[in-house]
Amino acid sequence: MSEINETKYVEVPGPGKIPERDMGKGPVLEASHLGIDFGGLTAVDEFNIALGATEIGGLIGPNGAGKTTVFNLLTKVYQPTRGVILLDGKDTHGMNTTQVNQAGIARTFQNIRLFDKLTVEDNVKIGLHNSIGYHTPAGVFRLPNYWKEEKKAHNKALELLDIFGMADMAGVKASSLPYGAQRRLEIVRALATNPKLLLLDEPAAGMNPSETEELMNNIRKIRDTFGIAVLLIEHDMNLVMGICENIIVLNFGKIIAKGTPSEIQTNPKVIEAYLGSQATEGEGK
Amino acid sequence: MLNYLITGISLGSVYAIIALGYTMVYGIAKMLNFAHGDVIMIGGYAAFCAGAYMGWPTPCAILFSVFVCTVLGMMIEKLAYKPLRNATSLAVLITAIGVSYFLQNMALLIWTSNPKSFPNMVSFIPSINLGSVTISSTTIATIAASVIIMIALTLFTEKTKMGKAMRAVSEDKGAAQLMGINVNATISVTFAIGSGLAAIAGVLLCSAYPTLVPTTGSLPGIKAFTAAVLGGIGSIPGAMLGGILLGLLETFAKAYISTQLSDAIVFGALIVVLIVRPTGLLGKKITEKV
Amino acid sequence: MANQKSFLSKISKNSKMGFLNYGIVLLFFVVITILRSTGTLSNTMNGQLIPICSYIIVALALNLVVGISGELSLGHAGFMSIGAFSGVVISGALKYSGFANPVMRLVTAIVVGAFIAAIAGILIGIPVLRLRGDYLAIVTLAFGEIIKNVLNCLYVGVDENGLHFSVTDEVHMDMAANGKTLIKGPQGAVGVEKIATFVAGIILLFVVLFIIQNLVNSRTGRAIMAIRDNRIAAEASGINVTKYKMVAFVTSAAIAGAAGALYGLNFSTIVPKKFDFNTSILILVFVVLGGIGNLTGTIIAAALLTVLPELLREFQDYRMLAYAIVLILVMIATNNEKIRSLWKRFFSKKDKEEQKA
Repeated sequence: MSEINETKYVEVPGPGKIPERDMGKGPVLEASHLGIDFGGLTAVDEFNIALGATEIGGLIGPNGAGKTTVFNLLTKVYQPTRGVILLDGKDTHGMNTTQVNQAGIARTFQNIRLFDKLTVEDNVKIGLHNSIGYHTPAGVFRLPNYWKEEKKAHNKALELLDIFGMADMAGVKASSLPYGAQRRLEIVRALATNPKLLLLDEPAAGMNPSETEELMNNIRKIRDTFGIAVLLIEHDMNLVMGICENIIVLNFGKIIAKGTPSEIQTNPKVIEAYLGSQATEGEGK
Repeated sequence: MLNYLITGISLGSVYAIIALGYTMVYGIAKMLNFAHGDVIMIGGYAAFCAGAYMGWPTPCAILFSVFVCTVLGMMIEKLAYKPLRNATSLAVLITAIGVSYFLQNMALLIWTSNPKSFPNMVSFIPSINLGSVTISSTTIATIAASVIIMIALTLFTEKTKMGKAMRAVSEDKGAAQLMGINVNATISVTFAIGSGLAAIAGVLLCSAYPTLVPTTGSLPGIKAFTAAVLGGIGSIPGAMLGGILLGLLETFAKAYISTQLSDAIVFGALIVVLIVRPTGLLGKKITEKV
Repeated sequence: MANQKSFLSKISKNSKMGFLNYGIVLLFFVVITILRSTGTLSNTMNGQLIPICSYIIVALALNLVVGISGELSLGHAGFMSIGAFSGVVISGALKYSGFANPVMRLVTAIVVGAFIAAIAGILIGIPVLRLRGDYLAIVTLAFGEIIKNVLNCLYVGVDENGLHFSVTDEVHMDMAANGKTLIKGPQGAVGVEKIATFVAGIILLFVVLFIIQNLVNSRTGRAIMAIRDNRIAAEASGINVTKYKMVAFVTSAAIAGAAGALYGLNFSTIVPKKFDFNTSILILVFVVLGGIGNLTGTIIAAALLTVLPELLREFQDYRMLAYAIVLILVMIATNNEKIRSLWKRFFSKKDKEEQKA
């Protein structure tokens, strides 16, 4: 934990700063002035972020603050009303969800979205879809390419499942997995798309403390092995403060604070947002 | 030209009344009730039997027809659809088609496939002469009926307790139940109203096109369904608008383009509308929660 | 090594299901051939063989849309119709130009029927696949009706200058005097030479099974099923939703077209009205009763439900009524929550007893 809190930050020209170790690579994600209106209602406004190439970032805030909406904007599930999203320096303007994923953003969902009737292995293979190199006719006529590529995909899927020790569940139907395993499978599926940036929407929801601990280690392991950035939404403060290097706090669709875990923990605005104004007054006394 | 306009509105009004039944049932039970067209046919036969066989006066025959269809609608709901309340929409759809076949074949057994010539039941209304154009009694009755039904239904859903319950159930069945609304009773009442309307539509349809066979309801049923979707299924004014537009389109297509292709034109219009507005003219936009 | 083993075991599990379906078709073929050679097969049944094959094939095609792709189509009879009429035209035109070999003509007719139905599938799929759920269903219904309506007005003839079309009447085709009318508007295709054979039907059935089963168990099929299970998650996993929905829909349309060509070339006359909304529903009932997404069930349901009404001809007046009642009861029995949990309890008890034994 201490090691992370010591991350040195450098300013980047865009909307923030990134860890010093990622300097040479430039930020993997830069979003500036991002916002969306639903009807007349502004759900998210002036969202700015810069995320280093191997940074673990956190997005926190009270319920309804617009955290998941930010994920939906980044992955183009909703088209932003305004603002720019640069992925690895490339503008994602005009892309749809599929193209954004192919460009390098993978995500999980707050309300788990697995392919229920497919097996665990096939769920991962959907993540691998774009790296499996044969076309429909080769599949229909079982050309040699089909066998070669399917075997490669099978091995790769098992390898990825093994990160979470789930290889022995490969043949199980996804819907019959226990809740925690379903969350982990979503992460594996997202990883299988070979992303540069992994968005995790409440990965620890419904997990007990020891499972959460294991998850933290796994998120770090994923970052280290794949050399990718992670941005996560989470209500479990132990997890957020434990693995995030930089945290953004949202309230009513706007950023109210940015900083390292220790900065965030002592920020009066954040405490107010979470506990109401009386709490800060109380602390003042 | 004016003639076609009047015919179109008249035909459209019949579609609108049928479409109202579709739309109400869809709005609340979220099901495509393909048997609705056949309830119309039963309504026609009920009125025919009461009028022609038993010699009842017209108002009694119409009331009898409404009564038969209301009871029939509630029975269908109770026996066939209620057991499938939480089943997939495809299962309910197939069941509705089963009900449709059942009604058609029942009618075939009872009344045979020989067409019955339906007496004009609304001839007591005088026809109006507008210089070169005569508006027939059926046309007047149809338009008047559809306007009255539309207003009555709007008032019913806006002002009455039952109407509000219906709207609540159509928004969120679970939440409505938690608020103490009897969901089953509400759905049952919806079917009753929809089927009662079908009876009226049956009488009007058969007064305008006086051949009654067991498949009388099928095509108008499908077209009225198209009208409901065109206007935005689940919306009462939408059903009205869709019905009238469809009637006009069909009449003008028959008059100016081709009789044989008129149905193709009508269905083509539906597709064009749905491409531009995927939930119909007055339908609510659906946003998927992620 | 362990990976290798489970990979092979998975493949073999899928192919087991596949072989079961091939086996059923083969068995059907063998039994019918034996019955035919011994002369025990009634004339009615004999006449039903090719329609059975056609309906099985079109039901398999619809299963690809409803079961695998998860979209409801109420207009598949339309694609069958396109296949039937283009097949009839091709066969007629080839014969007119002196191409006598019936087998080659049948194959060409089926291929062309599938191809034209596929084009229709693309044209319909582009607007339709943007819509969701019930709206998609109603638009496919509308397309089915449009196709029927247009074919009702279509006149096609052939002379030495090639094919002639008209949407008004026979005269407007401007055909030479020695030309031959192939399609006559509402009267449909007339004077069709019946070149479809039962063997051809079985072969087509094998080909279709091969295509569908291999498609489903490939990268493409996986993507199609992923979209069915969760569209947004599929998009977020980099799956091109429109493309794969289209692949399923167009493949299905093409197969339905092939089935239509086979069907059309089995009768001397065929009218557009044959392929109306009721036929689309009939095909859907095969799929639903056979178990959505279940190919084996679809084959059996389509075969039985095509034969049964013919066998029950003597009960003419009551058979459709009985059909309706059975349909409703089956839907309730298989979909009602309480009855389903009863089934489950019953079967799990049985399983346990079996385990004890």
